Amino acid sequence: MATSETYNYKVVRQFAIMTIVWGIVGMAVGVFIAAQMAWPVLNFDVPWLTFSRLRPLHTNAVIFAFGGSALFATSYYVVQRTCHVRLFSDGLAAFTFWGWQLVILSAAITLPLGITSAKEYAELEWPIDVLIAVVWVAYAIVFFGTIIKRKTPHIYVANWFYGGFIVTVAVLHIVNSAALPVSFLKSYSAYAGVQDAMVQWWYGHNAVGFFLTAGFLGIMYYFVPKQANRPVYSYRLSVVHFWALVFTYIWAGPHHLHYTALPDWTQSLGMVFSLILLAPSWGGMINGIMTLSGAWEKLRTDPVLRFLIVSVSFYGMSTFEGPMMAIKTVNALSHYTDWTIGHVHSGALGWVAMISIGAMYYLLPRLFGRELYSLKLVEVHFWVSTIGIALYIVAMWVSGIMQGLMWRAVNADGTLTYSFVESVQAMHPFYIIRFSGGALFLIGMLVMAYNIWRTIDGAKPVTAAIPAPAH
Amino acid sequence: MADFVSNFWSWFIIIPTVAGILGLVWLIRWMSEKPGAAPVKPESMGHVWDEDLQELNNPLPRWWLGMFYITLIFGAVYLVLYPGLGTFKGILNWTQVDRYNKEVADADKRFNPLYEGYLQEDLRTLVHNPKAMKTAARLFMNNCTICHSSDAGGSPGFPSLRDKDWLYGGEPETIKQSIMNGRAGVMPAWSAALGRDGVVNVAEYVLSLSGRKVNINAAQAGEEKYKQMCAGCHGTDGKGNTAMGAPNLTDNIWLYGGSQKTVIQSIEFGRKGNMPAHKDFLGEAKAHLLAAYVFSLSTGNLDK
Repeated sequence: MATSETYNYKVVRQFAIMTIVWGIVGMAVGVFIAAQMAWPVLNFDVPWLTFSRLRPLHTNAVIFAFGGSALFATSYYVVQRTCHVRLFSDGLAAFTFWGWQLVILSAAITLPLGITSAKEYAELEWPIDVLIAVVWVAYAIVFFGTIIKRKTPHIYVANWFYGGFIVTVAVLHIVNSAALPVSFLKSYSAYAGVQDAMVQWWYGHNAVGFFLTAGFLGIMYYFVPKQANRPVYSYRLSVVHFWALVFTYIWAGPHHLHYTALPDWTQSLGMVFSLILLAPSWGGMINGIMTLSGAWEKLRTDPVLRFLIVSVSFYGMSTFEGPMMAIKTVNALSHYTDWTIGHVHSGALGWVAMISIGAMYYLLPRLFGRELYSLKLVEVHFWVSTIGIALYIVAMWVSGIMQGLMWRAVNADGTLTYSFVESVQAMHPFYIIRFSGGALFLIGMLVMAYNIWRTIDGAKPVTAAIPAPAH
Repeated sequence: MADFVSNFWSWFIIIPTVAGILGLVWLIRWMSEKPGAAPVKPESMGHVWDEDLQELNNPLPRWWLGMFYITLIFGAVYLVLYPGLGTFKGILNWTQVDRYNKEVADADKRFNPLYEGYLQEDLRTLVHNPKAMKTAARLFMNNCTICHSSDAGGSPGFPSLRDKDWLYGGEPETIKQSIMNGRAGVMPAWSAALGRDGVVNVAEYVLSLSGRKVNINAAQAGEEKYKQMCAGCHGTDGKGNTAMGAPNLTDNIWLYGGSQKTVIQSIEFGRKGNMPAHKDFLGEAKAHLLAAYVFSLSTGNLDK
């Protein structure tokens, strides 16, 4: 029994398309700077093409433009469909779309120009920060407004994670970006010294924990059971791991500052809670993978489901590796090496990108009322990107551990065995492998873009009527 | 106490930390099966969203619960042993500064006798000790190459250590002084005193000293000014003065580059060079060893 009301699919469609566009842009910049690491001549002695300026452009583009668009698209879709109501406000939703695109555009202009606050993952200068805050408040109003007017008695688990992500990212962004402007494009952080570093990494690690984890767990909790057509494995596991995850993540930041000027007690707390974070993280992995019990054979035939499930496996792997790297003894070896870069990308490519890709393959055909143009191409995309990730991570593991070992190798006379530049030389082949892995992943994205374009070309946007909720 | 202005802040750390760990224990105990209870059948919670989304209610996996408890216990034990709970130092009394000092002391104990032995040797004889020079070369690679480059050939602003041109003198003892106490070279800016034309003229004269082709008229005008303003440090013959680190201008070796443009820039805006003191960082024995090594680079009498 359908009501006459419809879902707002327009804003979902806009964000879904931009997810693919920004994914390709952000990853292309990533591949380019990976090439610069292997062949520095590619800096071309042009300031705005140098690694130092393009690297923040890459991270901002993949996290906030690609990841952010995927989160907006899926959360708007999921919150409507699981609350059985239209979005709280079409106008505000449209504002979040255009506002967010403006943020991305501003980033793409200012970062290559060298306009930066120099805070990692929060490089954008204060006028853009203000715009982000305004867009984010509008996002919160649309999301929670929709939750409040829902027609279902219970709030679906995906929405807990989206909600936690929206609230916490607002707090993180506002606190970390607090700064004193000295001109329209220059400001100084409100904090100084080690406190500034701690606030930065409290933000930085929770950008991972809430933006790239909690938000994407929201994606998992809707799209995995939907695509597998199976119920979520365990409600009580989702309760435990949700609360344990959101509580514990907030403490983990200090592990980025082991053996620095940060006081010992702060380092210890960061390490202890990073370790405790292992089980809450794996709770999400278990719930995702076990949702497939009784439907394992679907993995053989459904490449979209395979994207989703492999992404959850990468999530499990990264969230095991993370706590291990937070142990001070391990960190003494891994810190400042490529191992960290490999860890980040097993999460970013394996988990964040793959689950977003899976969700987009689910979403776009439904938003345009077409079948996917080619499942075969999804299959190609899956294998190309999986091989790409494997090359990338293994290269960075080997290179990172080698770097760490070379830096600490000592001769019988107490001198260091290797000079720094010798370790750089030794990394060169792995930089080439990493570049190849990244290039493969990018090629996969291009295959996806072609497949989606053929799917939706000439299609009429779907207007979906809101079904009455089951009771 | 050092990190806290009052005990309040110590408790501000301790209470949420302990409450957090206990709260997590409570959460997983509350949500897990009572021991010995009959296994629950995974039933649907009975809620349906978006037409077909449902939830089962499987129990928490036991291995996962076990893992959770192990990390919580590890965390609690760690916070008893190590600093973490506010001002409580942990029963091991561990600090990273102590740990660092201990490692440095251990290394000193192990390696110092070797270097103290080298310190007793004369710098000129040390050059012929291949074992010592091998150690010195490694020290050079890790302490000097950032500025003086891997082949000791220098880079703009940082002198080459391979040639026979020395700002402060090339005797091994002088080199050791440079390493131990550092050097601060200052060339004042002459734009105000000379004006743009004066600067260009002096530059032309300076370039002529090393036999470069220059504008004769300009160089002649520059010579006048040179004698008044530059000869005090660089000498009337332009051969420099190692007592104040004033470079020789006649040998066509240029610290900041020898193009007309860079020489004009040096005169117009001045230069400031800084070789940091390594006495406290490396200690005398290693500076001694490095002085012998650097000396050997320029004299080429390093035994291969």
